[in-house]
Amino acid sequence: MPEETILTDDFLRELINVGEVDILIGVPTYNDAKTVGQVVQAIRAGLLKYFPRQRAVIVNADGGSRDGSQELVRAASISDLQHASNVYALRTLHCVSTEYSGGPSSSLALHTILAAAELLQASSCAVVAPDSTNIEPGWIESLLRPVTRDGFDLVTPVYRRHKFDGLLIRNLLYPMNRALYLRRVREPYPLDFAFSGRLATHFLGQDLWSQEAGRIGAEIYLTISAIAGGFRLAQSFLGPRAHVEYAASDLVVAMRRSVGVLFWSLEQNGSVWQVQAESQPIPTIGPDHELSAEPLRVNPKRLHEMFVRGVAELEPVLKSILSEATLSELQRAATFPEEDFRYSDELWVRTAYEFASAYHKAVMSRDHIVQALVPLYRGKAHTFLLENRDASSEEVESNVERLCVTFEKRKPSLLEMWDGRK
Amino acid sequence: MWQTIIKELTQATLDMVHGILQFLPRLAGMLIVVVFGWVIAYILKSILRTILRLARFDKLSEDAGAAQLLKRAALPSSTELLSRFVFWVAWIGFILIGVSVLGIVGLQEHVARFFGFLPRLFAALFVFFFGLLGASFFSRAALLAAVNADLPSPRLIASTIRTIIIVFAVSMGFEELGIGEHTTLVAFAIVFGALMLGLALAFGLGGRDLARHFLERRFVHERREEKEDELSPL
Repeated sequence: MPEETILTDDFLRELINVGEVDILIGVPTYNDAKTVGQVVQAIRAGLLKYFPRQRAVIVNADGGSRDGSQELVRAASISDLQHASNVYALRTLHCVSTEYSGGPSSSLALHTILAAAELLQASSCAVVAPDSTNIEPGWIESLLRPVTRDGFDLVTPVYRRHKFDGLLIRNLLYPMNRALYLRRVREPYPLDFAFSGRLATHFLGQDLWSQEAGRIGAEIYLTISAIAGGFRLAQSFLGPRAHVEYAASDLVVAMRRSVGVLFWSLEQNGSVWQVQAESQPIPTIGPDHELSAEPLRVNPKRLHEMFVRGVAELEPVLKSILSEATLSELQRAATFPEEDFRYSDELWVRTAYEFASAYHKAVMSRDHIVQALVPLYRGKAHTFLLENRDASSEEVESNVERLCVTFEKRKPSLLEMWDGRK
Repeated sequence: MWQTIIKELTQATLDMVHGILQFLPRLAGMLIVVVFGWVIAYILKSILRTILRLARFDKLSEDAGAAQLLKRAALPSSTELLSRFVFWVAWIGFILIGVSVLGIVGLQEHVARFFGFLPRLFAALFVFFFGLLGASFFSRAALLAAVNADLPSPRLIASTIRTIIIVFAVSMGFEELGIGEHTTLVAFAIVFGALMLGLALAFGLGGRDLARHFLERRFVHERREEKEDELSPL
């Protein structure tokens, strides 16, 4: 879709009034009234404190909020902040807001932000998630400085997470992305990130936007696209990230946005990932991981129940996706009582690669393939919780590293399945 | 008298020979049409088989569940079956054209009726195949959604959806063929109504406890469980 068509006439007028800028910060929103005001204030404070000489704009792309999120963004006035903190911008700091069409979607919001960035010729951009409840002005510097000063094209975040937070990232997205694309990006599905204008233009030119992946998971594809395009990547430590409550039903959506797009990306970047080499770390500002291990009331029993039920009920579906050996091993694992059940790294990696191959061969509707992975992921999450219940953060990290190595070792099996040799 | 008999016999023989002489070119014409038809039908079959293989039609019919039905009935693959079907329809069409060349009175009408029936036959097959495909897709979607939402009896939900769509497709197919239009419609209405009533009764009476447990788990206990499982995947 050409960029002009996704920007409404009114929004275009607003952007033209803003004129060229050095920094653009995008805030995608959809019913985020509880947190967005605080987020915009923190962004403004960060820009005034760390980038007072730059021409900057905050662009809010809203998916049709009914809770007044857009009004809150507009109302987060710069003058209040100036009086409160006694800091003044040397250049005008704009804040514009638009409602994009097509319904709420973080990818459509990102598309709007990228189009605005290209139009305003912003050399450095950042996207900040609207649901963070503890964002600090320092985040803006941590994300943007590597782009403005060091010439990096994409800066992904590193958060201080609880050892049981972000399980899908630690058990699948990070290890699989690392094994396939050979870059150790801790948060391949970034929530807060910065990028250069160069990468924005490159990413806008991808044929992703006309496809389903462009509607649901542009964030992870931005990371993959930056790796595939040979852009300079870095990651920056932001500290702990508190967010609004997560609903259990969001897991399928999260899988579609992240795992679905990762599988889809393999078709687009065959020449990039089908290379056999060892993964490389990327420059990291601050620690490359930090885990907290405060006690958390977690009940893995339900995860185990849903895994066992999923393996039994989805047998006809799994038969079309998995090899006979993998399926029978899963069925055998499902017979163990909860305390003895373990989903080994080896079996999990085989499962993930066979799903990726089935997705490539389109053995059924691709969305169904991604959905069928959900109960199996629950089984792996259960094992992760049990194995790391009393583990220190170093032990958790070493377990994640072991899984990453297994993903890297078994990569040739995916290549064989991909070519139809297996 | 003999002369008259001989004359009549000669005349009859001459008429017969004349008739045979007149019929032979038509028979030859028919045979040519039939042989030509066989060649055309064979070519059509080969072309169709190649196209279907390229379009991975077997995989599509596997998705639709049609391949399993064929396997159970010890029939060849869907590509092979459809190719053979087109071969026979085309060849029978040519045979009928050939027969009409013979000029046998009354046969022309049957030939015309056969050709008039063909589009309806194809439409019915089309409806039936896509009905199977839709049934397979939606039942699998329901199965996955039910499993991931932790609903009770996901397979029952999936097979109910599958049955409803197949019954609907079959009734549409029969209606297209003009076979027992009203019977099929009424049968469908009865089956559908009975199914819904059965489900309502089963859930309302037989599954009273199950429904209560389910609703309790959904709206009362789940809140507590979610509190325990609040782990963000991303």
